[in-house]
Amino acid sequence: MTEKPTMIAFQDVHKYYGDYHALRGITATIRAGEFFSLLGPSGCGKTTLLRTIAGFEGISSGAVMIDERNMAGVPANQRPTNMVFQSYAIFPHLTVGENVGFGLRRAGLSKPELATRVGEALEMVGLKGYGDRAAHALSGGQRQRVALARALILKPKVLLLDEPLSALDKKMREQMQVELIRLQRQVGITFILVTHDQEEALVMSDRIAVMFEGEITQLADPETLYRRPNSRKVANFIGTMNFLPAMILAEGAGKIEVEAKGFGKLTLDAEQAPGGGQASAEGAAIGFRPETLTILFDGQTASDRETMAVIEEVVYFGDMTYYDVKLDGCDAPVRISMRNVFGRPVLDIGTRTRVAWSPGALVLFR
Amino acid sequence: MGQSRWAKLRQTEGANGLLMISPPAVYAILLLAAPLGTIILYSFLTDGYLEIIRTFTFANYIEAWTNDLYRSVMVRSLGVAMTVTAVTVFLAFPIAYFVSFHVAPSKKSLWLFLITIPFWTSYLIRVFLWKVILGYNGVVNSGLIGIGVIDQPLDFILYNVNSVVITLAHAYAPFAILPIFVALEKIDRSLLEAGQDLGESKFMTFLRVTLPLAMPGVIASVLIVFIPTIGDYVTPQLVGGPEGRMVANLIQLQYLKLDNYPMGSAIAVSAMVIVTIVSLIFVGLNRRYLRGGKR
Repeated sequence: MTEKPTMIAFQDVHKYYGDYHALRGITATIRAGEFFSLLGPSGCGKTTLLRTIAGFEGISSGAVMIDERNMAGVPANQRPTNMVFQSYAIFPHLTVGENVGFGLRRAGLSKPELATRVGEALEMVGLKGYGDRAAHALSGGQRQRVALARALILKPKVLLLDEPLSALDKKMREQMQVELIRLQRQVGITFILVTHDQEEALVMSDRIAVMFEGEITQLADPETLYRRPNSRKVANFIGTMNFLPAMILAEGAGKIEVEAKGFGKLTLDAEQAPGGGQASAEGAAIGFRPETLTILFDGQTASDRETMAVIEEVVYFGDMTYYDVKLDGCDAPVRISMRNVFGRPVLDIGTRTRVAWSPGALVLFR
Repeated sequence: MGQSRWAKLRQTEGANGLLMISPPAVYAILLLAAPLGTIILYSFLTDGYLEIIRTFTFANYIEAWTNDLYRSVMVRSLGVAMTVTAVTVFLAFPIAYFVSFHVAPSKKSLWLFLITIPFWTSYLIRVFLWKVILGYNGVVNSGLIGIGVIDQPLDFILYNVNSVVITLAHAYAPFAILPIFVALEKIDRSLLEAGQDLGESKFMTFLRVTLPLAMPGVIASVLIVFIPTIGDYVTPQLVGGPEGRMVANLIQLQYLKLDNYPMGSAIAVSAMVIVTIVSLIFVGLNRRYLRGGKR
């Protein structure tokens, strides 16, 4: 894949609200045609950052560039961006069609042209024939589609989505996730999504910026974020991560030698310590995801390494079972998730069992 | 058996509801419907000397609608009420807008409180104060003479329609501000951002989003100001002079000075009908702003 051109560039963006430092030096680029997510807990500045792109929020210093143009002093109505608001902001006094066509007034289209464009936009979001309905009579999912059509009809360079799925129920949310991905591929516009839902970000995005306290902590594709989080914060925010205390014995030539509780002495690639070289106050730790450890049932052989463990807790989820186990030589329990493949029993608390693991799945946090 | 049926009846929701509203209902019927019925009844009776003759007639209405004096007073009342309404609502909107959009949320109740301050003084006293302000030797005239803008006191500001309009517009300002304020408060601020996001300037967003959404409040303000002002008695009596008389003064004249209850009643009922029709036409013209709109 060739590198796509830059659509949005943040250059050391700071934002203060009085004394409160909301954005602390954001530097990042978003590529054209990318589905990009800003992920983080509430209050991390992700919505503020999105609103600096839309022009609803000024910045205290730095620069926001859209398509190589500095947006300083450009008001919201002159930016090549459109937004889907968290509340959808559907105009309650207008019909669905009038809502969708709202931004086309300035295009000076004739009535039939306008009707055609609005009809096309509604069809694109699956609301064909809804044009004459009153906006306030729509369901949550329909309002969201209207908001999408209303923004996309203007063919913006960038579509901004401010937690657009948070007001929908689970089923509708999953359906809309798929639909948003389809829509983004269809129109090829850069989508920037703000969300606090890590699963949503992983499912939908080409790349994700994880934000904490006004800073981007890690910016990577979903797989890298999941497999190689660069900090404990990111690891905990995205999925579940087990941590075991570790000691760094030696390092050099792209290798790190580590002694970890429960796993013993290990040699890791430098790539397995994505957080870089700075030591944290908590001390070093080895992290791994629950599914990277496997319980070995009778007769199974380990493809890699193997150790013994005692099952402390069993949580049955139907398709999955979560086991909290204590590895030999380590007092802190770790979580293992096992798929309930046909014929495989659910083990009881107190069972002593063999556990397989692979050094490649481990991440080192300093 | 009868007992239990009564008990059952009392348990139904409808019966409970009726029971609950009955005290205010009785109150409303006694104090509103009964006098109104009496007036309507009177309006169809004939005036005799010192007594009311119980013969049914339309004569009062024919007189009320054909007599030039009555007609001109009615037209003037309508004109004054419409002018007052237009002036009041036009001036109230910016105030309501300012308080809703530009006052910090923590200060809003203080502002509303300040807006109601005129109510702390009796209506009568406020009207008298306007007399002091607008009078021949009043604040306005002596002030303007003092700074040399005019040599002679202005006489078009008191004892005519202008002074009635000024006084009523001031008296009803809070009534006009509050409904508009409430309507503006209810507007989701993200709608205004959406307007700008979709390419409209702040001004166009105001015209296309804010104003239509504030219309229910504007309509309420118009009705709240228009309906009472058209029948206002005190203001035209005190600051209106002979050429500022309005329909309420005419009704008072018929009842108390001429002792002609049927004529007074017929004028009163006619005025009521006209107000109702004008109000309904106004609401009808604006009904697209009033339906739905729930979020």
